[in-house]
Amino acid sequence: MNCVREIRREIMPGVYMTCLQTDKFKTGLLSVNLLTRLSRETAAKNALIPSVLRRGTVSSPDLNAMAARLDSLYGARLEPAVRKKGEIQCVGFWADFVDEAWLPQGEGLLEKVAALVGEVLLQPNTRGGLLLPGYVDGEKEKLLEDIRARVNDKISYSRYRLTELMCPAEDYAVDVLGTEEEAEAVGYVALTRHYRALLASSPVEVFYCGTADPDRAERAVRDALATLPRGELDMDLGTDIRMNTVEEAPRVFTDVLDVTQGKLAVGYRLGAAMEDPDMAALRVMNAVFGGGVSSKLFMNVREKLSLCYFADSAVDLMKGVMMVLSGIEVKDYDQALAEIGRQLQAVKDGLITDEELHAAKVGLMNDLLSAADSAGALESFWLGQNLLGLEYGPEELAALVEDVTRDDVVKAAAGIECDAVYFLRGSEEDEDAED
Amino acid sequence: MQRIDYPAIGETLYTSKLPNGLPVFVVPKKGYRKSFACYVTNYGAADRRFTLAGEAKDTPAGVAHYLEHKMFDMPEGNALMALEAAGANANAFTSDAMTAYHFTCTQNFDEDLRTLLRFVSTPYYTQESVDKERGIIGQEIRMYEDDPDDQVYMGLMRLLFAHNPLRDDVAGTVESIQDITPQVLYDCHRVFYHPSNMALCVVGEADPEAVERAALEILTPESAPRPGRDYGPAESLEPVRTRDERAMEVSAPIFLGGLKLGPASTGPEAQRERLTAWLALRCLYGRSSPAYLRLYDEGLLNGTFGCSADYAAGQGFVIFGGESRDPDGAYEAILAEAEAVGKAGIDPALFDRQKKAAYGSQLRALGDFRSLGVNLAEGCFAGYQPLDGLRELEAIGCDDASAWVREHIVPGRAALSVVRPKEAKT
Repeated sequence: MNCVREIRREIMPGVYMTCLQTDKFKTGLLSVNLLTRLSRETAAKNALIPSVLRRGTVSSPDLNAMAARLDSLYGARLEPAVRKKGEIQCVGFWADFVDEAWLPQGEGLLEKVAALVGEVLLQPNTRGGLLLPGYVDGEKEKLLEDIRARVNDKISYSRYRLTELMCPAEDYAVDVLGTEEEAEAVGYVALTRHYRALLASSPVEVFYCGTADPDRAERAVRDALATLPRGELDMDLGTDIRMNTVEEAPRVFTDVLDVTQGKLAVGYRLGAAMEDPDMAALRVMNAVFGGGVSSKLFMNVREKLSLCYFADSAVDLMKGVMMVLSGIEVKDYDQALAEIGRQLQAVKDGLITDEELHAAKVGLMNDLLSAADSAGALESFWLGQNLLGLEYGPEELAALVEDVTRDDVVKAAAGIECDAVYFLRGSEEDEDAED
Repeated sequence: MQRIDYPAIGETLYTSKLPNGLPVFVVPKKGYRKSFACYVTNYGAADRRFTLAGEAKDTPAGVAHYLEHKMFDMPEGNALMALEAAGANANAFTSDAMTAYHFTCTQNFDEDLRTLLRFVSTPYYTQESVDKERGIIGQEIRMYEDDPDDQVYMGLMRLLFAHNPLRDDVAGTVESIQDITPQVLYDCHRVFYHPSNMALCVVGEADPEAVERAALEILTPESAPRPGRDYGPAESLEPVRTRDERAMEVSAPIFLGGLKLGPASTGPEAQRERLTAWLALRCLYGRSSPAYLRLYDEGLLNGTFGCSADYAAGQGFVIFGGESRDPDGAYEAILAEAEAVGKAGIDPALFDRQKKAAYGSQLRALGDFRSLGVNLAEGCFAGYQPLDGLRELEAIGCDDASAWVREHIVPGRAALSVVRPKEAKT
């Protein structure tokens, strides 16, 4: 077979399933995602739900029983999946499991795994209809630990802080795990109520990739989700795209922590290009500017000026923002910021060599075609496409990338404006001590 | 090339050893667009003392990693840029045990492979380019200084090892890299980058014969003697000290415990030992082990916990750790579990379950081109074939795993490294 067959259907009211049938992989992948609005009031509760559900079901009531069951399914993995896609929070589970072709007596593993996914989602271990307080408290503690642990990785912390500071009045500012305050306030009764409402009101995206034919996979998932309550579905989910900057001049923010290296994060609005976004051109624009080792940021900020080890840009095409991140010496702040601005201006002015454009395009095409060789990457790609209402796969997007011209890149960059600059730095005292 | 079939896992391996001593491994994958290739030298950050033409050399900490950065320089330009311009996704990494140069591509594989082989076998270092790199690597080192996982790991290595260069950061320090000159890089390249000290591994839609042909055409046909390495005096099984603690900007304490396994063996024995350790640790502290689940439930461990048996610089060692509100409590509980299991043996039902799960885990790993390629090199340097792993796994029994725990996880030999939040410092 070897080829990939992709099918997307509505298999139950508001439940959409994407099936990729292929015998390329030795493992199958199944994910079920409830879609809900990302908001400050509910993000932590939503993030908590799959972890609490994962603790145990009616038939496998605790972690030990869950573990034994997964081990006996040849080490199948079933993990909570909580993701932020634009201003939508995707909450659910992903599972991966050995494909039956490689099992001595593995008939029906897909059905067994699907049933378990349905069970954790719909038949959690409850008492009197309420989620167990012990499970809720235990997972709440862990969520709080995760929220607080954001500061541990200074690079992702800088990205998180920039997002929060740049978009104060937008849902986009909300972290996928929510806030400490909200998490602390969660109780098991309110969480149970929230869980039931989330089940009833959320559109659902299901993804399957493996050897089973789509009809069989659909049957397995429909059986597993048979008792999913369907109330009034929130079908206007989406992401607000802000075209202009919050203030005329970029806002500048600084945090002081005890660190040796400064982290510079620069946030931009993509502007007019988001009115009718040319996804391929925007991706190429980002690749030319700061997407890899042939990019302007790498070539200049790192290779020419030796200011840093990394300087990357990334675009979120759902929200229409771009972010640059780099680790630098505190004293090099002005020079690095000026150089980043200069390189963006060069992209806007079309000062892009044929080599730069070519390297950006072939690099992106390589990434997209490689993504088609990984079940995990395909899952993430299709979830994004489905949320954007786009129907083309990675191969087709690669073909679009190939056709992007320098003019397309200039057009994609034309409206980009810097909205905020964030700098994480050590304290002055520490610097003096070093001198 | 020799063809070896593994029907039970649906893989085929093509392998040969070239006259210059280079082992070549190709695992073709049908139906994929991408191919992965890595050219790996059995030379890592820990290989700092060696003999060159009968003369003992001692090189600065961080030299293997510095060499990795400068390897991409070619007289005609930068090889990384050339590979990227051809659409490949290329990179390199240095660990304590090895330096690997690799790329993934979806077209022009043969051409990219030739670029890879050519640049890794072409030393070209100028004073200017070596000096310029110092700023970039300096920033990389500063980044690790702020990384709590890196700091807790280095803390543990310094507790465990008295002399072995595993004590030093892979990238060295801002001070140690000041002493790195083009000549040092040329010396290291000459000793360690000969094909007989390397391995070429390819996974993907590639023609095995073409891979071999490229290596034959580009690399030197001469063979060379194996480099002599010196990791310092023998290490005892006891740690140097048992506890290290430092304060950093972290939200919760991070801990890493560990102990030494003694000199690492080589050959098929090494594979059996590593798989036994892997299975035994799964039973003891794996994600579905009773101990992990109990400590998770008690709130002493969370999802950041991990454990593994690692091998580098002639040594084996076990590490285990993650975040914990009570690192000492977690550490004690983990060691107590090993003691109890050592006495009573591993529960046979648990072992059978774990073995079934281990089968799934090994099969899953075959889909990760990069880790399969790097594993082929690692196995080659240690003298075994990783694709034999699933068969070897079958032969390991519950008693073997229990005996491994009893012999190796001896609480009295363990040490604990902790990174605490700043505020907690008194």
